Amino acid sequence: MAIESAAPNMASEPAPLPDANGHFGPYGGMFVAETLMGPLAELRAAYEHFVSDPEFQAEFDTDLADYVGRPSPLYLAERWSRELGGARIYLKREDLNHTGAHKINNTIGQALLAKRMGKTRIIAETGAGQHGVASATVAARLGLECVVYMGAEDIERQKQNVYRMQLLGARVVSVESGSKTLKDALNEAMRDWVTNVDDTFYIIGTVAGPHPYPAMVRDFQTVIGRETRRQFLEREGRLPDALVACVGGGSNAIGLFHPFLADTSVELHGVEAAGDGLDTGRHAAPLCAGRPGVLHGNRTYLMEDDDGQIIATHSISAGLDYPGVGPEHAWLKDSGRATYVAVDDSQALAAFHTLTRTEGIIPALESSHALAYAAELAPRLGSGKALVVNLSGRGDKDIHTVATHEGMAL
Amino acid sequence: MSRIENRFSILRQAGRKALIPFITAGDPTPEVTVPLLHELVAAGADLLELGVPFSDPMADGPVIQRASERALAHGVSLHDVLDMVTAFRASDADTPVILMGYLNPIEVFGYQVFASAAAAAGVDGILTVDAPPEEAAPLAEALHGVGIDPIFLLAPTSGPERIERICALASGFVYYVSTKGVTGAASLDLAEIAAKLDQIRAVTRLPLGVGFGISDAERAATLAQVADAVIVGSALVRQIEVYPDDPRAAMAAMTELLGSMRTAIDAAAPQAVEA
Ligand SMILES: Cc1ncc(COP(=O)(O)O)c(C=O)c1O
Repeated sequence: MAIESAAPNMASEPAPLPDANGHFGPYGGMFVAETLMGPLAELRAAYEHFVSDPEFQAEFDTDLADYVGRPSPLYLAERWSRELGGARIYLKREDLNHTGAHKINNTIGQALLAKRMGKTRIIAETGAGQHGVASATVAARLGLECVVYMGAEDIERQKQNVYRMQLLGARVVSVESGSKTLKDALNEAMRDWVTNVDDTFYIIGTVAGPHPYPAMVRDFQTVIGRETRRQFLEREGRLPDALVACVGGGSNAIGLFHPFLADTSVELHGVEAAGDGLDTGRHAAPLCAGRPGVLHGNRTYLMEDDDGQIIATHSISAGLDYPGVGPEHAWLKDSGRATYVAVDDSQALAAFHTLTRTEGIIPALESSHALAYAAELAPRLGSGKALVVNLSGRGDKDIHTVATHEGMAL
Repeated sequence: MSRIENRFSILRQAGRKALIPFITAGDPTPEVTVPLLHELVAAGADLLELGVPFSDPMADGPVIQRASERALAHGVSLHDVLDMVTAFRASDADTPVILMGYLNPIEVFGYQVFASAAAAAGVDGILTVDAPPEEAAPLAEALHGVGIDPIFLLAPTSGPERIERICALASGFVYYVSTKGVTGAASLDLAEIAAKLDQIRAVTRLPLGVGFGISDAERAATLAQVADAVIVGSALVRQIEVYPDDPRAAMAAMTELLGSMRTAIDAAAPQAVEA
């Protein structure tokens, strides 16, 4: 078992998506300047080659086991479930991965690819800093030069992760253009890539960007869903009734969902960031409150104004503060296979505290959005049912944000 | 014959090379743009490239990024840009105008509606940086339907197959990106550019423009020896930042720079007239 892109045990499997040009229905694609079309073709060819290379897969699996610490546990949150009085809630413990989030699954895969392609320099964009840390980590391990682009505003709110990246030997470049957040960091990384394509591999941190990134990142992250499926079957002898994951770009969500796509009895719930509330306009919920457009190399749901300009997003969680979303989620929304909801800052903070106090697990603020929705869903599903929440990361990085929000100086 | 085709054919007969300035619409203020376009024509522009501001100009260097930000601070939209072209056309019926920008504002406008509005405004060509031929067919069709040329980029990384494919879809002219990088990048390899242009000429009769990183008269003249058109953007736009509080002075500096390029290109051009 390794990085196959479709779930095993599928009875009537639909045609695999994306198509050859990276389209998920009307979404996805390759909307980049001509200079990048050649490098993307090269990346696609390399990926297609190595994805079916047993040696590559074996190395990936070994790294996930020995370096990341996989499989990550599937933990039954008994006390929390009992308090909520409904479905049993399992947590997929991606927070226990090396570097503290699911992001490392993908950076391991892409870095192995970079090495095989003979690239000596790695670049990445980061919002919360988790993907930046995961990229700096694999770069350190493989002895590759690493540059991480990060919005000036995010640098301010994630100082610890900036320092972690620097300790790991990465150069963190502050992005001062546009809204100075994740989307601008992505723009800047793309500009670096187009300038240094010969020796540079761009590790995108989520299932966005031009084809093949959404498919490739998904494939590296489906280890989450494949493990969950197996672990849940072992524990319960059946499949879960629902899966819940937060959606920024959508990589932890698609990683969990994808191996269950054909299992139509399993509800899929993606949770976006409602920030101050969907009706305030200050949020980061393109699937819930945006519309389709083109940004960062793909067509997907976006937060934009009537002139097609991308608008500023808001969320207490830097990792969800992104105006777009992976194109496969856009497709899953339109097709009705998955549903998308939004949880605001205060609901996420409440869930952050609840999990910390009832289970002794401090969740990332991103993951707290999924937890907040699970707390609503569990009673609604009722006892006898069971759901799995992707606990995509640990909350140590957010302690400062939470304290500040609550008027406490650390 | 489209205005672009016509302009290139006249230049070719005269043995001259085209000079194409780029400015961002609405930079530094919306009022400046139309007068500036006229002044650029007076200073020697053969065609005009008008940038449509976008919030996420992924293929642009810092100079044009900031130009976009200045224009957006005034709320300049694609509708406003079309109004500017209409105003320009009221007193210049001949100089081709090409809009250069990103796809999303056109997506929101709607391809068909946009194509009609752009044609009515007097736009001649549309270059959407982030719409390679793989994704551009529906837009190109809408544009062709109203007689607007879809302008495509070719790059140092474009292989023979892509060159053929893109030349087949393009009309007006082909825009060769001189270097791997964003607009305003510094280094140009002239021999490499010339070799690539030869390769492109082997598959198309369309005129070839070269842009990205052409910063002074000397480089413009050198490139004009091997290309049919030279496109200058960041070097002009930079003047707006040299005179942040004095748009008149910035405009004067821009027209002066363009004029010096015009002179240098004409002086260096081979006089022989091609058929
Ligand atoms: C812990 C954690 N969860 C979720 C996300 C959101 O990303 P994605 O939607 O790609 O999983 C991030 C991004 O930084 C993160 O750090």
